[in-house]
Amino acid sequence: MVEEIGKTAEGDLIINVGPQHPATHGVLHLVITLNGETIKKVEPHLGYIHRSIEKMCESLTYRQFIYSTSRMDYLSAHINNHACALTVEKGLGIEIPARAQVIRVLMDELTRIASHELWWGAMAMDLGAFTPFFHAFRERESINDIMEETCGARLTMNYMVPGGVMMDLHPNFQNRVKTFLKLYKLKIHEYDELVTGNIIFQNRMKGVGYLSKEAAISYGVTGPAARGSGVSCDVRKLYPYEIYHQLQFDEILETEGDSFARYMVRLREMNESIKIIEQLIDNIPDGDFQAKTKAVLKLPKGEFYQLVETARGELGVYIVSEGGTTPYRIKFRSPGFSNLSCLDHITRGGKIGDLIASMGTLDLVIPDIDR
Amino acid sequence: MFSLESLTTLVQDWLTKTFPPAVALLFEFVIVGVLAIALFAALGLVLVIMERKVAAWIQIRLGPNRVGPKGMFQSAADTVKLIMKEGLTPDGADKFLFNLAPFIVMMVAMLVLAPIGFAKGFHIWDINIGVLYVSAISSVSVIGILMAGWSSNNKYSLLGAMRSGAQMVSYELSVGLSVLSIIVLTGSLNINDIVLSQQNGWWLFKAHIPALISFVIFIIAVTAETNRAPFDLSEAESELTAGFHTEYSGMKFALFFLAEYINIFIVCAIGATLFLGGWMPFHIGNWESFNHIMDYIPTFIWFFGKTFFLIFLIMWFRWTFPRLRVDQLLNLEWKYLLPISMVNLIVMTLVAIQGWHF
Repeated sequence: MVEEIGKTAEGDLIINVGPQHPATHGVLHLVITLNGETIKKVEPHLGYIHRSIEKMCESLTYRQFIYSTSRMDYLSAHINNHACALTVEKGLGIEIPARAQVIRVLMDELTRIASHELWWGAMAMDLGAFTPFFHAFRERESINDIMEETCGARLTMNYMVPGGVMMDLHPNFQNRVKTFLKLYKLKIHEYDELVTGNIIFQNRMKGVGYLSKEAAISYGVTGPAARGSGVSCDVRKLYPYEIYHQLQFDEILETEGDSFARYMVRLREMNESIKIIEQLIDNIPDGDFQAKTKAVLKLPKGEFYQLVETARGELGVYIVSEGGTTPYRIKFRSPGFSNLSCLDHITRGGKIGDLIASMGTLDLVIPDIDR
Repeated sequence: MFSLESLTTLVQDWLTKTFPPAVALLFEFVIVGVLAIALFAALGLVLVIMERKVAAWIQIRLGPNRVGPKGMFQSAADTVKLIMKEGLTPDGADKFLFNLAPFIVMMVAMLVLAPIGFAKGFHIWDINIGVLYVSAISSVSVIGILMAGWSSNNKYSLLGAMRSGAQMVSYELSVGLSVLSIIVLTGSLNINDIVLSQQNGWWLFKAHIPALISFVIFIIAVTAETNRAPFDLSEAESELTAGFHTEYSGMKFALFFLAEYINIFIVCAIGATLFLGGWMPFHIGNWESFNHIMDYIPTFIWFFGKTFFLIFLIMWFRWTFPRLRVDQLLNLEWKYLLPISMVNLIVMTLVAIQGWHF
């Protein structure tokens, strides 16, 4: 049986999961080869939502191109913007005011929680439980409201600009974040009661979709998916940017490498984000929210690279500049693409249900993979 | 006291007096048929809106609230929409079987309705092998589902149908055994006799722990047999899009949908009859005055109250639990439920022989 896995044979069932399928959460197309219910091969086909964001960015100025990156990983729009802003600032050597730095980190962590909330709901929905989705949205909604008040948008915020943030925080911001923290602490135990502790859920997740530490590294898996396999890869810890090196928080590591470990990493990571927000929310320094920059930004000739930790993993922004007002070449190293690459590895030999469960724990956002 | 029994005898007497016996029988057939179809439609509408309201309540939202007062006519509006829709038959499908399958599933659900006692002296067919009849007929519905999945010429449908086949055939054993454990107490397969035997208390309370165990197994197994979450593998929205009815649309889909709800009603009615006394009011031993007060509540309210309580339980499962995987589903049945219910049946037989129950 083991040798057969990976080879197609007469009588195998080949199924197209997607591009329209409830479990792929977007237009991902998986061609799966089945022997009965057992998966022999998973072949992802990409390109259904390719908008050539990288090429588009080459004709936009350094102020403009950030807006199109909100549409990549739309669940961590802030963090994408942050990465681009950081790269441009690196190229120009701009000092960012302390207030802007704190605001950026606060927004990043709120985004991370919102993203993990959505993942948690969608993950449970993949496993056939509908109710968690609504419970997750109850908390996520209050984060979206905070974003809406300050940034004017709920999903594609475009809030971070080279030099700082676009506008100052809304006067209500601190109060609303504190209310959210209270709500979150009141409700977070429901997550464990409803899903984590459920015996059916644990049976579906434990020992399923095993990704070893070596495999995680060789596939380039990053973010919570890799930390579930014990790979220490939190960019916030390893290559700190902004004020992350001054903050007290833990890098969550689980060593089991199965779907349940990846699930637990994300759940515990939300608590770490809460910790960061608590440290900062009462200590937002006064001052400018944006550094003084020139009206037209021109990066010096050269190559610039910046890493950040999005909710899904390591996002790298690589800019090649010829010294003009637009980048010569932009390349995004998106976490989703590398995380997807291990899907075949971790699902072979499992059942269709395992494929859905493992895919859920990788937390794929399709526009992030295709760009 | 108001009783449906007097109504039925009245109609029966009037028919036999006015018409020759054959014609009277024909009229009775027609009346019963019309009533059954009406009950079917009414149950479908009520259960769909109930499911949506229960789901909304569990999921902290409002649920349908636009059509009619509190959205109560939503399912009626949906029915109209489904009737108006075009019933597509895919090109590659086996047209005859594809169109036949929903009717088989539907007819099975209708047939099983026959021996159920809705109130005192109010049932379609007082057959002496009622419980056996129900388990025999209800196992036919798997044929309809297999037929639907196979004839659709769709891989998702086929997988869903195969899962459903494996699941329903296995869980029928547990249902059968847990039903049997009540049969050994009553000594009769007649549903009316089973209800009457619970005059001094329901079997769930009278027969100690074995009855409790078989009740729990019964609820789990019928949830699986009706393909409801957490055992909804044959539909498994996130895995197989819609499972065996992926290719169905319009009223043909609605028939599957309706049959699912009617099946829930039927299994819950059977559960209520066997374990909770059917239409029998809540009686405690020989507390005459208490029993007398309970008798004032009409029997059909008792029956529908208990049935809807069980339906609510099953809906509660659906909106709380994640779905099992296909191998775990079969493990649960063959490694846990079946051995437990076998041992339980033996214990129950011992209880029945020794007369240890109340």
